[in-house]
Amino acid sequence: MTLQEFNTIFQNGLSKQNAGLVQLLGLCPLLAISTTLVNALSLGLATMLVMASASGAVSSVRHFVPHEIRIPVFVLIIAALVTVIDLLMNAFVHPLYLVLGIFIPLITTNCIVLARADAFASKNRPLHSVVDAIAMGLGLTMVLVVLGGMRELAGQGTLLSGIDLVFGEESKQFVLHVLPDYQGFLLAILPPGAFIALGLLIAAHNWQKARAERRLHAATPMPA
Amino acid sequence: MPSPFILDRTSVTQVMAWVLAALLPGIAVYVWLFGPGILITLTLATATALAAEAAMLKMRGYPAKPFLTDLSAIVTAWLLALSLPALAPWWLIVTGTLFAIVVAKHLYGGLGQNIFNPAMVGYAVLIVSFPVQMTQWPGPLSLTDAPLTLAQSASVIFGGIPQATLDAVTMATPLDALRTGLLQQYTVDEIMTQPIFGYYGGIGFEWLAGAFLLGGLLLWALRIISWQVPLAFLAGIWLAAGFLHFFDAGRFGAPWFHLFSPAVMLGAFFIATDPVSGATTPRGKLVFGFGAGLLTIIIRTWGGYPDGVAFAILLMNLSVPLIDAWTQPRIYGEARRRDKEPPA
Repeated sequence: MTLQEFNTIFQNGLSKQNAGLVQLLGLCPLLAISTTLVNALSLGLATMLVMASASGAVSSVRHFVPHEIRIPVFVLIIAALVTVIDLLMNAFVHPLYLVLGIFIPLITTNCIVLARADAFASKNRPLHSVVDAIAMGLGLTMVLVVLGGMRELAGQGTLLSGIDLVFGEESKQFVLHVLPDYQGFLLAILPPGAFIALGLLIAAHNWQKARAERRLHAATPMPA
Repeated sequence: MPSPFILDRTSVTQVMAWVLAALLPGIAVYVWLFGPGILITLTLATATALAAEAAMLKMRGYPAKPFLTDLSAIVTAWLLALSLPALAPWWLIVTGTLFAIVVAKHLYGGLGQNIFNPAMVGYAVLIVSFPVQMTQWPGPLSLTDAPLTLAQSASVIFGGIPQATLDAVTMATPLDALRTGLLQQYTVDEIMTQPIFGYYGGIGFEWLAGAFLLGGLLLWALRIISWQVPLAFLAGIWLAAGFLHFFDAGRFGAPWFHLFSPAVMLGAFFIATDPVSGATTPRGKLVFGFGAGLLTIIIRTWGGYPDGVAFAILLMNLSVPLIDAWTQPRIYGEARRRDKEPPA
């Protein structure tokens, strides 16, 4: 794998083809779980882990899977891997497991996982597929984290609340009370807040993309 | 001047100026019966709306002056301010107005592009997010021992008055009283004997509703609003409430009680008639108004929020493309549907 290939894959995953902002795939967990930063980061990392292992597995067996039944085969592979993650989280971060609830098993149905398995892993070598899945997963996690941070800050004026669910009671001191004596803005935590915040993020991303394109055109004048 | 030589009150500024003028009787009655606090709310909302409008126009690259002076931002600010409790804290008013102008108006494309009524979006955001602060309604002056002066109202709104003082001047609205009473297993007739109820609605509130009705009739007389939306809205309220009341008078408020609430009159004449977010075809306006009235009663009766007018209008705003598509008027000269030849 050349460095250039690696760069292209990462650029696609983080920005150009970002799962959350450009492809708008996997919106259900994105909107439902991004109520706090810790929740968002945890689900993002879990999804990334599933994506990386699923893409690697799919890519390894891609020559043995008949084209016509590839989707059920991929879904089975993904479901098996999600079950592993589900049991691991249940065992090691049980409080967080209770908070994320149904959304961990639902990673199976997250379309971004299947989309990468079908669109990339089934056509590329295992190493490329794993890198692609990590890049896509990181892109999704980034959006989740920013969204979770925005909603937590606007909704309850804190950051990292619920960190004790991951690292135990002692880590409660890491919760940042950014806005002390904050009244709380319930809308940000309710579903409409998720849609509004995601809309703002997509708008910001498009704006930044448009600006970059304008600069590019300004730098290289069109031939007359 | 181009033909056909009919003068019409069509410029945005003129229409908006008349809408503001038509709100004046309501505001005057508000001050007279509930104290001068509403004036501070109105001023604060207006200032916030103009500042937000100017900032958004600048960011979107539009000239500020023609759009700032078209008064549309002020109409939004006044409608929102009149929907909020007159003693609500200042940050509540600022948040609601900012949301109305920035998100509901400009992020959807500015005046003429917004699918939802901006003032009602602002109200909905506040009622969902800050249910407690949204209950600080001043009681009618005739029932209050020590009415607040303008300066005292200001200190309530900008913080600095203890909760106990606030509790002495705020009161349950008639709708709240009805809801609480019904929850405590009283019948409607028993609840209506409470001192806050007047002839049809609450003391003070019914006169406020009358003043908004007067302003609305002025708008209709000037042909700034059409008759379909308000009439259908009020008919929807009256029929739905009347049906329930007829069905069980002990558990459902009388239709006159629902009609004589300021929110209904404000909604029927000033908010549902918004030409941008409302239906545009004549029959569509009837459907739009009637649906909003019906939904208001449904939300008031079975919903969890203090009032249903805002949510009813927002839900009908959402249905406008469908309503307009279904109610396209027959083009002059085209055959009526029943006259058309059945397909061979």
